[in-house]
Amino acid sequence: MLKIDGLVLTVVDPDTGHETEILHGNSLELAQGEALGLVGESGSGKSMTLKCILGIEPDGARVDGTIALDGTDLLASGGDALRRIRAEDLALIAQNPHGALNPVLPVGRFLVEGMSDARSMGRAEARERAADLLRQVGIADTERVLRSYPHQLSGGMLQRVVIAGAISGDPKLLLADEPTTALDVTTQAEVVAILDEKRREHGLSMIFVTHDLDLAAAVCDRLAVMKDGEILEIGTPEEIRDRPRTDYTRKLMAARPMLYPEGHPAAFLAGGAGPAPLREGGGGNDETDRINGEEAGA
Amino acid sequence: MTYVLKRLGALAAVLVVSSFIVFSGMYLAPGSPEQFLVQGRTVSPEVLASIRAQYGLDDPFLIRYWNWLMDVLQGDLGRSLLTQQDVSALVASRLPTTLFLAAFAAILITVLGVGLGVLAATRSGAFEKLVVFGSNLGFAVPTFFAALVLMFVFGSNLGWFPVSGSGEGFADRLWHLTLPAIALAFPGIAVVARITRTAVREEQGSEHVIMAIARGVPKQFVLWRHTIRNSMLPVTTVLGTNIAGLLASAFVIEYAFTLDGIGSLLVNSVQKKDFAVVQAIALIMVLAFGLINLIVDLLYAVIDPRVRLSKGAAAR
Amino acid sequence: MTQQKMKRDPGANTSAQDTVAVQLLRKHRNDVPVSGWRLLAKRLGPVGLISLGIIALVVLMAILAPVIAPYDPYEGSVTARHEAWSLAHLMGTDQSGRDILSRIIWGARTSLIGPTIVILVTAFLATTLALTAVWFGGRVDALISRMLDILFAFPNMLLAILAVAIFGPSLLTASIALAIGFTPYSARVIRSVALRERNLPYVASAQLQGISGFVITVRHILPNVRTQILTGMTINFGYAMIELAALSFLGLGVQPPTPDWGLMVSNGQASLQQGYWEQSIFAGLAIVITVAAFGYVGEQLGGRRASGRTR
Repeated sequence: MLKIDGLVLTVVDPDTGHETEILHGNSLELAQGEALGLVGESGSGKSMTLKCILGIEPDGARVDGTIALDGTDLLASGGDALRRIRAEDLALIAQNPHGALNPVLPVGRFLVEGMSDARSMGRAEARERAADLLRQVGIADTERVLRSYPHQLSGGMLQRVVIAGAISGDPKLLLADEPTTALDVTTQAEVVAILDEKRREHGLSMIFVTHDLDLAAAVCDRLAVMKDGEILEIGTPEEIRDRPRTDYTRKLMAARPMLYPEGHPAAFLAGGAGPAPLREGGGGNDETDRINGEEAGA
Repeated sequence: MTYVLKRLGALAAVLVVSSFIVFSGMYLAPGSPEQFLVQGRTVSPEVLASIRAQYGLDDPFLIRYWNWLMDVLQGDLGRSLLTQQDVSALVASRLPTTLFLAAFAAILITVLGVGLGVLAATRSGAFEKLVVFGSNLGFAVPTFFAALVLMFVFGSNLGWFPVSGSGEGFADRLWHLTLPAIALAFPGIAVVARITRTAVREEQGSEHVIMAIARGVPKQFVLWRHTIRNSMLPVTTVLGTNIAGLLASAFVIEYAFTLDGIGSLLVNSVQKKDFAVVQAIALIMVLAFGLINLIVDLLYAVIDPRVRLSKGAAAR
Repeated sequence: MTQQKMKRDPGANTSAQDTVAVQLLRKHRNDVPVSGWRLLAKRLGPVGLISLGIIALVVLMAILAPVIAPYDPYEGSVTARHEAWSLAHLMGTDQSGRDILSRIIWGARTSLIGPTIVILVTAFLATTLALTAVWFGGRVDALISRMLDILFAFPNMLLAILAVAIFGPSLLTASIALAIGFTPYSARVIRSVALRERNLPYVASAQLQGISGFVITVRHILPNVRTQILTGMTINFGYAMIELAALSFLGLGVQPPTPDWGLMVSNGQASLQQGYWEQSIFAGLAIVITVAAFGYVGEQLGGRRASGRTR
């Protein structure tokens, strides 16, 4: 479905004209409904890869290679065609939910805008749909949240709003850029659970960027390990765990702090236990409802 | 609402102290207050007596201030030391020109300053460079120099605009005040254009704008709803200070174009040492300056929900 | 790398008997960007360097006025009134037949002295008030802040005009009044930076060791706000020059026949109407160029840093 071939990203310093290559010809493929974890330390080019797919690479950068989504070459598209692809086929979940929403507009506008302005749904319908979407991501107090401004909501709450916006148009591909890094540990698990659940429910493909190997293993079908702008290896979590092909992956495995207790979905790599419950479509409603109760009380 | 009341209270307090400074200023002058007020002019004993009465020079200092303040609050600004005219009436007859001029310049600053800044930020290339260069140089142009150049080029040489007087009726006044307003607005336009461009540029790189682009929101919506709208927050403050400063810098322009506003009245009164008029105009300017600044702050609270909420109910 | 840097820095030899706090203080001092020429040049950029060159040129012009001015700025001849520019008079002559170039060169003196007084007085007042407020905090801080609020209520030019109305027209009066008007703006900036410094743990630990507040403020907090002070001075210089020139234009600042750029613009107004543009335009351009140069340098010194910090 998504096919990236020989992706090279070059950044040009506007003052000196000096060129720096950030991505060195990476290739990867993603099947329909598949989730791929893009893992690596900061600065390894994970987020840049997502930006290239969306066509939001920094000013003055040059992208070479091909990125094809269901046969459409994204790098060759521009203008309104690219805008439509972004609106209908792709959805970004950014790292910092507080930055992702316009601080001076109520949250409701964010959701309505995505449906109505980006995808030409009627405004009234979009407004109705927005409340429905919020309920889907486990927010009960929809009216209050829709009227709130971003700074009035917690990061976890906002990230759910962003997820709601992302799934609102049934995109082909979800691009999650460290969606939980900015959140505190307890909220992280909840948000990942919702993201995973919604993705499976809608059968969406996803690229999940994270530096957390355990987390990636818990939500993804395959993992790609990145270092210094290069994809070192791609494999299922089991393959990565049992037969790492590079020293770097081995080191990455060894350097993992033990964050998750046994039995936690993300503790899969550590214990070597069977598939985590999350991957069976866990993280059910009772959990999200409870979270919601806490949020409303805050 | 409490916020508004609080700010009004603070303004009132500042005004009371300022009025005290303006009132007591003349006692700082060398020589006796009488000598200072008369300034070596030969005056008849009656006039001297009336000056003594007007300033209550026989009363203790604080009583003098109190009486003066009460008079001012009732709109009685005293009499000119030179012409014995009623200062309130004099100022009232001069005020329309100054207000018209300041409002005209404020509109120019807002429209041209913000407009040029936005255009520069959204159209890269030569135009942007030109605006950046122009704003770097423009803020350095003294208003009186701009006034002379405009007078020379469009007044004397081309004859398109009159170079003195403030005109009668709206259209004539507009015509008469065009050059003065441009001169007065000139540095403000430069400053506002520069700030606007920087603000828009910064907003273009902000996360939520990139997010909106990534979500496929059409260009025009991204530009107006997210980029420009949000970049106006810092611009409002700068715009406000520049507009508030207009009243005070207007007197240079009024003097250069010989307009009959309160600014030229102030300058003439200082030159002729008519301190009663100087006091009155200083008070009015402090009041106007404070009011405009207050309005800008309140406006800011209206357009930025973050300010509104942090000042109101302490939500988180 | 830090080791190397410390060795090169004369004040940084950490001897064994130094207490932890003193070491902290020293370390912190080294964090302050060193104002080397190369660093300065890099921060200014090409246009900034040109601006700096212009400033240097104007200052030199003021200092060397008696040597380089081709004519006496006060002596004119009735036969040589309103001459256009020529080899003899590069900028022509004014209504009294005086050489305009010579008057511009001499005018650099008065035109620079006023703003210099303004920025020195402003820097002194603002720094003293801000650091006093920050060190004592509490009521002192509140009192100083209220005082500044009241000063904020007066537009700068109005303050200067009031002072002139009370004390009579003079450059010194106008300059000091303007300086008082500029003070709250500078004090606010310095206060906020100094406050951040004041709350760093090394200050508390120095305090615990019984180092007096005055010493800590002068030796350790002051060096950390010097960028703000310098930037403020550079930017204020330009504004002060414009406002003092405006006062001279109104006849309330420098008095004729002293050569001064603002006064020359004003003197040339009548001639301008008759088509003799030289005096007003050249004097005005002198102001514009000098102010723009100061403004740009100030912007690069302060603005870049500030925007770099928020990012």
